[in-house]
Amino acid sequence: MGGKPMIVRVSDNIISPLGMTTAENYVAVKAGRSELKRHDGLWQLPEPFTASLMNREAVNEKAAQLQIDDRYTFFEKMIILSAAKALEQTDIDPTSDSVLFILSTTKGNVFLLDKNETGFPRERVLLGYAAKQMTDYFHNPNTPIVVSNACISGVCAQIQAMRELESGRFDYVVTVGADVQSAFIVSGFQSFKALSVDCCKPFDANRTGLNLGDAAATLIYTRKDEVNENDWVACRGAIRNDANHISGPSRTGEGSYRALKVALGDTNPDKIAFINAHGTATLYNDEMESFAIERAGLSCVPVNGLKGYYGHTMGAAGILESILSMQAIDDHNILATRGYETIGVMHPLVLSNQNQPTEKRAFIKLLSGFGGCNAALLFAKGGEA
Amino acid sequence: MTKHEVYITPNEVSIDGKVLIHNKNGAAMLTELYRAYVGDYPKFFKMDTLSKLGFVASELLLHSEGAERFVPREDRAVVFFNRSASLQADTAYQATIQDPENFFPSPAAFVYTLPNIVTGEIAIRNKYFGETSFIVLPENNPQIMARELQNVFLDPMTTSVLGGWLDCTDENHFEANIFLILKS
Repeated sequence: MGGKPMIVRVSDNIISPLGMTTAENYVAVKAGRSELKRHDGLWQLPEPFTASLMNREAVNEKAAQLQIDDRYTFFEKMIILSAAKALEQTDIDPTSDSVLFILSTTKGNVFLLDKNETGFPRERVLLGYAAKQMTDYFHNPNTPIVVSNACISGVCAQIQAMRELESGRFDYVVTVGADVQSAFIVSGFQSFKALSVDCCKPFDANRTGLNLGDAAATLIYTRKDEVNENDWVACRGAIRNDANHISGPSRTGEGSYRALKVALGDTNPDKIAFINAHGTATLYNDEMESFAIERAGLSCVPVNGLKGYYGHTMGAAGILESILSMQAIDDHNILATRGYETIGVMHPLVLSNQNQPTEKRAFIKLLSGFGGCNAALLFAKGGEA
Repeated sequence: MTKHEVYITPNEVSIDGKVLIHNKNGAAMLTELYRAYVGDYPKFFKMDTLSKLGFVASELLLHSEGAERFVPREDRAVVFFNRSASLQADTAYQATIQDPENFFPSPAAFVYTLPNIVTGEIAIRNKYFGETSFIVLPENNPQIMARELQNVFLDPMTTSVLGGWLDCTDENHFEANIFLILKS
């Protein structure tokens, strides 16, 4: 490793409709559960939609136990609660200036733009102000950084965390990803004809679009010179652009292919248990990913996607899906792609709707998003072999 | 090492400290600059104000760099910072869904409700396959921006960054202060 320090996971948390801890979420996903449900008339939207939505009362209750009261919006409660649950498993002092908070979100408190929402100061629609609610709660002295790169934000935030630690300025980075659904987001994706009215079917021949979901997820990282065999190491990541179109993926998977190539580096594809793909279940995204994976020489590596359990959780997705992939490898498991039945992409992939055993210890998280952006990150348990 | 710098507000434009003469102000000035210095990229007219601002500022910056344009490359990153994310586009989109009796959500408006779209516009224009990123801060903070821009060079391929401050709240309130930075 040339003496380069390694970036190691300290703790994590997932808050989603499937549970309030990482363990609850992993057990639910392994058992094939989902809270994707059809909603008709919700938020006065004229068309029905299928989404995985939080029970807001349950979040309020849990949050209240930690004095996260109604001064905070639902979005802010989600991020503070998730960060608090990840921090409580550690002895990190969040008031220290060696701890940095990074927030990954696309739309934060966007619901405050609705003229009927009057309960909070309008400035809280600013992502930096929402993030500041979190750092103020923990009495953290550093300015929070918000990464807002559409659907790839959760992997970008982790790459950002790795760099902050590598450069030596901080000792711990608390990386929190979240988005909560609203009329704004759902109607926007509906206008794009990107939503499926039924449960999404990643990579399937009959896929018709994506579902949306609420979630918050946290990964805390630190820097270590030596790692033990159970440490989860974030090895290498890259962000690359398609330079093709602002709202459609490159047909040749240009950005994803390039990001995958950098993340893979010299690692033998044989060491990789699986690629956890974006797998939104839109026609073009899944097709693009299959091409990018083939071009990167990774067609033989199993691929899975978790949108069939949670929908697309936007700013949370990159963090939530990374955490579950680590859990899966700890459990010697490749999680099933829920909703997938028959291959529906032109470039062959190894996919399954059943959990599969594995003894391998590394995986790649892959994401792509509007603005032509793509990100890939290689993780290895115990560091790269 | 900073090579070039462009500064734009609704009534002021400068390149490497030299003031650029113009007639109009606000968003109309951005169109005036587009016509005077670009002119061949009609996609400009579809963009929201944040993207127009970033597009025009990046064109002026790249003119002053003077290197060959539109050669595909993966070693240049585009990384912007601001306070308001995509607030102008968000407000415009909200107006299309505010009234249930007059509900007309537009995909063309929705796509700009992400701040990183401007980084994609610049990547497309210039065939930049490198890193693109958008970071939101509570306030403009040159020290944090400098730290984050240095961190971008930790990518194994990145040798230059087109980046800096790019904020817009509406057609008459915006500020671009962007740089071309080379790996030291």
